[in-house]
Amino acid sequence: MIKEMKILKQHGIQFVPDLKEAVLTPLFRGRPVIKEDISKSEAEHIKKICPSDAIVTEGGFGIDLGKCVFCKECQFACPDKIKFTNDYKLSSNKRENLVVRKGYKEIKFDEQSIRPEIRKLFKNSLKLRQISAGGDNSCEFELNAAGNVNFDMGRYGIEFVASPRHADGIVITGPITENMAEALQICYDATPSPKIIVLVGTDAISGGMFKDSPALNRDFFNNHAVDLYIPGNPAHPLTFINAILALIGR
Amino acid sequence: MKKYLETYNNTHSVRINDIPVLTYDEFCLLAEELFSEQHKHCLSYHAIDSGKEICFFCIVADDSNGKIYIFSHRSAKPVPELISLSPKIEQLQIFEREITENFGIVFVGHPWNKPVRYSHNRHDTKQVMNNYPFFKIGGHEIHEVGVGPIHAGIIEPGHFRFICNGEKVLHLEIHLGYQHRGIENLFVNENEGLKRCVLSESIAGDTSVGNALAHCQLIESLSEFNAPEDLQIERCIALELERIAVHIGDTSALCADVGYQLGQVVCEALRTTIINTTQFWCGNRFGKGLVRPFGTNYPLKENTIAEIRKILSDSGERYFTVAERIYSLPSVLGRFDGIGAVTTDQAIRIGAVGMAARTCNVKRDIRATHPFQYYRKRRPEIVIQQTGDALARGVLRWFEAKESIKYIFDLLDKWEKIKKSTKPPVYNYKLKPESFAVSAVEGWRGEICHVAFTDANGEIVQYKIKDASMHNWFALALSVRNQEISDFPICNKSFNLSYCGHDL
Ligand code: SF4
Repeated sequence: MIKEMKILKQHGIQFVPDLKEAVLTPLFRGRPVIKEDISKSEAEHIKKICPSDAIVTEGGFGIDLGKCVFCKECQFACPDKIKFTNDYKLSSNKRENLVVRKGYKEIKFDEQSIRPEIRKLFKNSLKLRQISAGGDNSCEFELNAAGNVNFDMGRYGIEFVASPRHADGIVITGPITENMAEALQICYDATPSPKIIVLVGTDAISGGMFKDSPALNRDFFNNHAVDLYIPGNPAHPLTFINAILALIGR
Repeated sequence: MKKYLETYNNTHSVRINDIPVLTYDEFCLLAEELFSEQHKHCLSYHAIDSGKEICFFCIVADDSNGKIYIFSHRSAKPVPELISLSPKIEQLQIFEREITENFGIVFVGHPWNKPVRYSHNRHDTKQVMNNYPFFKIGGHEIHEVGVGPIHAGIIEPGHFRFICNGEKVLHLEIHLGYQHRGIENLFVNENEGLKRCVLSESIAGDTSVGNALAHCQLIESLSEFNAPEDLQIERCIALELERIAVHIGDTSALCADVGYQLGQVVCEALRTTIINTTQFWCGNRFGKGLVRPFGTNYPLKENTIAEIRKILSDSGERYFTVAERIYSLPSVLGRFDGIGAVTTDQAIRIGAVGMAARTCNVKRDIRATHPFQYYRKRRPEIVIQQTGDALARGVLRWFEAKESIKYIFDLLDKWEKIKKSTKPPVYNYKLKPESFAVSAVEGWRGEICHVAFTDANGEIVQYKIKDASMHNWFALALSVRNQEISDFPICNKSFNLSYCGHDL
């Protein structure tokens, strides 16, 4: 008993009091900002460097966070113009909004296109079933951490559950391998409607580094609309929690 | 003529033409001779398709003297049936299975030649995930329990099929492949250094540092580059931080499985402090971006060093206090002690490596036997346990974390004293032509081995990855034999093997 008290005393208070305002270490690779115009030749140069095809050149220079693996090499190549900030709010319910362009100060949610039942039903309680479909186990680790003693998203009634039958939606990590495609579909079908689909991590959103691999099967997305895109390599627990909160309107 | 090529240095590259080519009979005889000694184990055995021929390469690590032996066999296509080595050298079973899966080669006498991961480029596309040939046992008292691919928590997919008599597990078969992303081939297709390095960090995200290091070592050895001392030290610190973080996290998970909430919660928070230190250093909690070829974007700085020292002494102290409590509580010990034991003999026969071997009194640790980076200059203490059970796997983590913390403190002292090179990474490297390189790293699970072949232009034509889990999944299957099925979660957690590292 005395030993336990000592352990508890050392443990102290670990939870992050404010999950929306918490500040991460300065080097955390979060939302990039593009400070100045990037010339065509610079853009071509960066495009060549980028390992995951995340540089957009149509309609002006942009970084697509749905493809970006946050290696920061574009910043190293162009330090005066591109800077990765420690802002962990990176997600959107619209795929196009993940493209960051010059002067952008945040990633926007499109409030209009959120299905009304999502906020009506899930605002105070959201149970999710996670499916790893080729994930490298780092996003999976971070999703576990979102519920741990530090981040404790349970305080908002958000929880991962064991059975899809108990879930209000599915959270997919990984680029969706051919070998997991069927299990993913079965799990989705087993989740009662209305339900949401959340993609966590760059791999899930675009295939990431694996997008050209013949071992993937992303047909799932031909038939199902995604409700929330959460970029990251992996997505930080704060990125995940804030994304969900923004979706359910809290 | 020598029957095998001998290299002393882990991460050494050699000319492909210098590797002796043996007839299959000679190949088998040599393998039997080498593996008859317990201190030799298989680092990797695989085949590559060179167009007209299939070439087999066997790489053996000698734990007694730090040597690595490489020998090969070539066979014109179509390859005739070959005698399986697995009945005599059990540790080769998984490698022969992989060769069969990829090239359709028949190994006569292989007792268990089943698909490994249903790779997208497998030889026989009629073999699909859904018709895995599970082992069966008859009898009306016998029942089967199937679990997965999707499990009850947030974990990677895999299917476990138990054959039980009542509550007792007679046999467990593990069917993997769900995570197969075709990653090995991507290393060949992507001829840009950065892409390859980022890919290596995704082989298994929980071992980003270990795999990135194995990859960078490989590239550097194919370029005859020797990392400067400060870079070597930084890499070792990153690798040890990864080990400490996972070991503490696993302690938490083990506590959760036996319902000891205090241990679970405290260790969970302690793991956070360690991965946040890695994030403080490089901006990513898993160390992605930290290890790069020929240099680094994140050299150590004063404030990083101070942070590492502060967190390690504080969290270390707290972890040791709680670990001591965990492993002295009768209610916890009752659930770990004697559960899921693997014997020394089994560990050696299946070629177990890393933690799984060390808990069974088999001293396999690449840091000590085939040291790389700064481990060459300063060897860490290797922790060994005797009993091979869940308790040994738990306690090993505690002691290893302790050693790693000590080791990092030593390295930091050393780093502060030496000259700094501080070079940025290089991605447009040129590799030696027609060469073959092996690079082994002791990740927290155990040995990671990357192998590459280059062609006449120095392009990578084949890339092979072996995670410790390749050997060790079999240890998990053995550990649950004759256990209660309810002990499976503890056994599984205590091994914590990689799905994606295995499925690739
Ligand atoms: S940080 Fe993102 S956009 Fe920049 S180079 Fe890396 S992957 Fe490309």
